[in-house]
Amino acid sequence: MATVALPQVEQVPSGPQRSGISPWQKWGMILISPYVLVFIVFVMYPVGYGLWLARHPVSYEHLFEDPIFARSVINTIVFVVVGINVKMVIALVLSGFFIQARTWIKWLSFLFILPWAVPSIPTILSIRFMLNPEWGLINSLIFRFTGADGPNWLNDPTLALGIAMLVHIWKSLPFWTLILIAGRLAIPAEHYEAASVDGATSWQKFRFITWPSMRTLYLTCSILSMIWTMGDFNSVYLLTGGGPADLTHVLATLGIRYLRLDQVDLSMAAIVVALPAVLPLVYFMMKRLSK
Amino acid sequence: MNKRGALTEAKLLLIGIPVFIWTMLPIYHLTLFAISPKDQAMGGQLWPDHPTLHNFEVVFREQHHYLNHFWLQMWNSLFIAVAVGLLTLVVATGAAFAISRLKVRGGRTVMNLALFTYFIPAAFLAVPMYKTMGVYGLLNNQWSMILAMTTIAAPYSIWVLKQASDKLPLELDEAAKMDGASPLQLFILVYLPLMTPSLVAIGTYALLLAWNEYLYAFLLLSKDTDVTLGVALGNFLAADDSPWELLMTTGLIYALPPAAIYYTFKRYMVGGLTAGAVKS
Repeated sequence: MATVALPQVEQVPSGPQRSGISPWQKWGMILISPYVLVFIVFVMYPVGYGLWLARHPVSYEHLFEDPIFARSVINTIVFVVVGINVKMVIALVLSGFFIQARTWIKWLSFLFILPWAVPSIPTILSIRFMLNPEWGLINSLIFRFTGADGPNWLNDPTLALGIAMLVHIWKSLPFWTLILIAGRLAIPAEHYEAASVDGATSWQKFRFITWPSMRTLYLTCSILSMIWTMGDFNSVYLLTGGGPADLTHVLATLGIRYLRLDQVDLSMAAIVVALPAVLPLVYFMMKRLSK
Repeated sequence: MNKRGALTEAKLLLIGIPVFIWTMLPIYHLTLFAISPKDQAMGGQLWPDHPTLHNFEVVFREQHHYLNHFWLQMWNSLFIAVAVGLLTLVVATGAAFAISRLKVRGGRTVMNLALFTYFIPAAFLAVPMYKTMGVYGLLNNQWSMILAMTTIAAPYSIWVLKQASDKLPLELDEAAKMDGASPLQLFILVYLPLMTPSLVAIGTYALLLAWNEYLYAFLLLSKDTDVTLGVALGNFLAADDSPWELLMTTGLIYALPPAAIYYTFKRYMVGGLTAGAVKS
């Protein structure tokens, strides 16, 4: 009896009653600790420090009195609402295009990813030079074909912001298209075959098969893209530098502008003001992904 | 081909051709500047009369005062990118293994905190990060850039690795436990080999993220001998007398390694990085 009971006794320590920690828990703690350390030192402390810097009510008074801030808020909203929706609709259409089985489309998808894979700075500078009013490629071509001078693209705040949105779309469209392609490929082919047998048009196939299965993914992608686009510094800074006359700033570039002017309090206040818009979206995303 | 098939082809081309032009125009323009002689670059021509590699020669030989540290800055970019790739792998693999396989207490909370960091726009964290690096005395030290980029790359990496790790059969751990393997042996001998494709994807992701980063590099580093090639390109821009054709040539050279790395590891990247996204 005793020999049979012994192994049972030995198994007890792995149960919850045991006071010490199992080697599995111990190693778990050891292996997770580098990230916990990184989080505390480079996320928690900076965020806390940033909020502490943003604690003065007077910073917000200055911020709200600054006409550049008001303009940046409007620019950011336009950038996010218009830019993201245009981008996601194009990505949805292109995801349907890229799943077509053609050799040339496969080659095109190979090139299509380039804007996302290469760094922003060379390509955005390339676009910036292309738009130079005097010697840029675009205005040279306009002059050659129409004999008229092209617009001074980046010197007009509305045009410049529009082009910054196009730059953003150029850069991040491949990524979202790739995600939506993966979503489309996950739809079983039999659904489409059955619909074809029933004589469904391509619009009906999209409306009743593709869209219902893609809706959630599409919404998730749109929200994630919105959050990230609020932090898109490169598309505006490298193209216009916030100009002309600081009229094309978005919140991401405004924060850095204040930092360079040695107004860290304002810089942090500008970010804190954006949090009520960002945090609900972040909460929504976390609910969705941590399931 | 029947009439309907031809119509479908035409419709596809109607999308394909604009997509091609849209994608390639800025890259083509970059290349155009790089192979044009100085006086022709700004002529608005679609192809130079006398294409030349002279600009590359000037850049490689550092024959312009903006390019005095070209090779050093290239090395800085490479060093930072590789360091971020390796450090992210170490940090993220350990965390993903602890959360997914060892079910460490508090693992769920850590995962949520990591996701929270992932969703916060990187530019929002840039200012506090810059101030913090000042407090730690790390400004103008390349480690500030390496640590900052690891912080940014780790959350997504942990999440992707955890997703992949959750798919490994539970029997694996049980078998290892029965054989008396320690958690560390399970990690090194069983887990890491099985996770290799995801690890390649994550390492490449972190490496590209760091190589391509501009904002953090430009905030955290400032000495000409410390900065990455990206920051050096930005500095070019600040001057009035910038040699545009050299700027574009350097830009093209800077853009080539990440493109090459992406294409080399493409099959790992696409599968590894989109798998998690589709689930939601």
